[in-house]
Amino acid sequence: MTGLLLAEFADAKQLVAATQRVRGRCRLIDAYTPYPVEDVVELLEHRRSYIRVAMLIGGFAMAALTYGAEYYSAVIDYPYNSGGRPFDAWPTFMLFPFATGILVAAVAGFTTFLAECGLPRLHDPLFAVAGFERASQDRFVLALERPDADDDRRQMIGALRGAGAVAIREVEP
Amino acid sequence: MTAVTLRNDATAAEATRWTLPGTRDFEIVNAMIAAPLLDRGAWRWRAWWIGFVISLALTLAFLFAVFLVFERGIGIWGVNTSSVWGFAIADYVWWIGIGNAGTLISAMLLLMRQKWRAATNRFAEAMTLFAATVAGIFPIIHLGRPLYFYWLTPYPNTMALWPQWRSALIWDFWAILSYILFSILFWYVGLIPDFATMRDRAATKVPRLIYGALALGWRGAARHWHAYEILHLALACLGVPLVVSLHSVVGMDFAASLMPGWQETIFPPYFVVGAMYSGFAMVVCLAALVRWGFRMDGLITLSHFDVMAKVMLAAAIVMGLSYATEWFNAWYGGERADRSLVAFEFTGAYAPMFWALLLCNVVIPQAFWSAAVRSSIVAVFVIAVAINVGMWFERILIVWNTLSHDYMPGMWRLFIPTIWDWITTLGSLGLFALMYLVFVRLVPVVSMHEVRKLVAEEAAS
Repeated sequence: MTGLLLAEFADAKQLVAATQRVRGRCRLIDAYTPYPVEDVVELLEHRRSYIRVAMLIGGFAMAALTYGAEYYSAVIDYPYNSGGRPFDAWPTFMLFPFATGILVAAVAGFTTFLAECGLPRLHDPLFAVAGFERASQDRFVLALERPDADDDRRQMIGALRGAGAVAIREVEP
Repeated sequence: MTAVTLRNDATAAEATRWTLPGTRDFEIVNAMIAAPLLDRGAWRWRAWWIGFVISLALTLAFLFAVFLVFERGIGIWGVNTSSVWGFAIADYVWWIGIGNAGTLISAMLLLMRQKWRAATNRFAEAMTLFAATVAGIFPIIHLGRPLYFYWLTPYPNTMALWPQWRSALIWDFWAILSYILFSILFWYVGLIPDFATMRDRAATKVPRLIYGALALGWRGAARHWHAYEILHLALACLGVPLVVSLHSVVGMDFAASLMPGWQETIFPPYFVVGAMYSGFAMVVCLAALVRWGFRMDGLITLSHFDVMAKVMLAAAIVMGLSYATEWFNAWYGGERADRSLVAFEFTGAYAPMFWALLLCNVVIPQAFWSAAVRSSIVAVFVIAVAINVGMWFERILIVWNTLSHDYMPGMWRLFIPTIWDWITTLGSLGLFALMYLVFVRLVPVVSMHEVRKLVAEEAAS
């Protein structure tokens, strides 16, 4: 892998403009921002997220499991007549699958979220880059692959400067 | 620490009104929220320590009262063979109501794209968490044999028995358990980016390690944010029905019985609105305290109080209508016990509390029609406290009135609380306050990343 160029911007608009400008001219790695900037997400290529699919499957699986447990215990394993009510009293059985289904959907979503983000990963080489700590506070950082040729690199740095970058750092691989 | 004290512009009618102009800078926002936690030298926690000691004392009293319930049984309370539920269930309903509003405010406002949630959602969600935790204790101690509460779970046992799935107690157990765990997750997901900010701002090693571990290595990458937004929105979509179902279940604890005044189809929605009402009132109280304690005048503005007052006003009207519907149904239904119960509510032994309830929940909040009242934080705070007291009376009286005025006049017996009832109730307030104080000391009390986004939008427009 070649090195990275980290261009720091003071606001989201400049980040978006710079991303648009350099897109297609080099490989964009990622953008690091203190809050979600939707326009940048759209400009960077991303894999599809399966969080909602996982939540749907997890939720329904848990609901089916808990309803099955209720059905097994109240109809098959230990049926007894409680005031003439049906053994499979489904309206009163619904709350347990509903509540636990939502809980497991949330847990499934959270786990998928961690997997898709590659978290937890307590250390990342980027944390060692001076100034990167401001990406979680007040700076918008665009990371792109550093062009190998000197001319291309200079041109790219010039383009980022022109787009309003307040600092540009080269990171060795 | 950057103290921002600016004149509140209550008449600011522009769209950019959820922050004050002097706060519209990322670094000011970060410093305002993070400095009290990270910069020990610059921030004195005197009021916090006073609150901590008081709430710790109340918590110890609460724990002792709970210990006594385990040791001697519920006979130490004022409950009797008619009024079998005294304070415990009423307190439970009150706390779980407060515990609903945090997630409701956060999730519902997220789905409705209400920007003003940015400054309030964090401490509202924390309120949910702690109130629901406190609430969860009461159904256990009310059991009579609380040490067997785990019988509510389906587990392989030597008696080869299963829980009774048709029982409201089982619904409660799963609803509360799922809700608390869900709320922790929802809260934590929102906190991850803020923990990253805390990690990156921490000047010393220990906070950096702790916040760094909690941040799970969050880098704020575009794909992180993309996944975060999907997850957060999906959780909000699930959170709203969960909240509504939770308090509906609490309502059905009563409505599924055969008692006068309880067996009503209005109970589930009426309980949900009541929960939102008392929860909003508690959020207003906490917002005022957070604003005062952390000097957050620039982030929690008069507009926030104005809009929350309007929500409470709407809820007050719905509550008034719900009460009136109950009375009308009792009269129109023609059932002797129902009519007798309503007469007992207005004129019986608990009538002064009933009138206080109507005053606090329906009459006093009408002051919110006045813009002048809504723009006074002191006035909104005082009315919110009154609403909380009124809602507590309501929960108390739902339990006491019906149980002490059943179908059989021969069974009519009043509930008179004992000292242990009072210690349990007041102590639970202490436990809540204790958890809340620990929270504000360790966790950013306002969502930094959401406020940063809000500030950027308001500065741009």
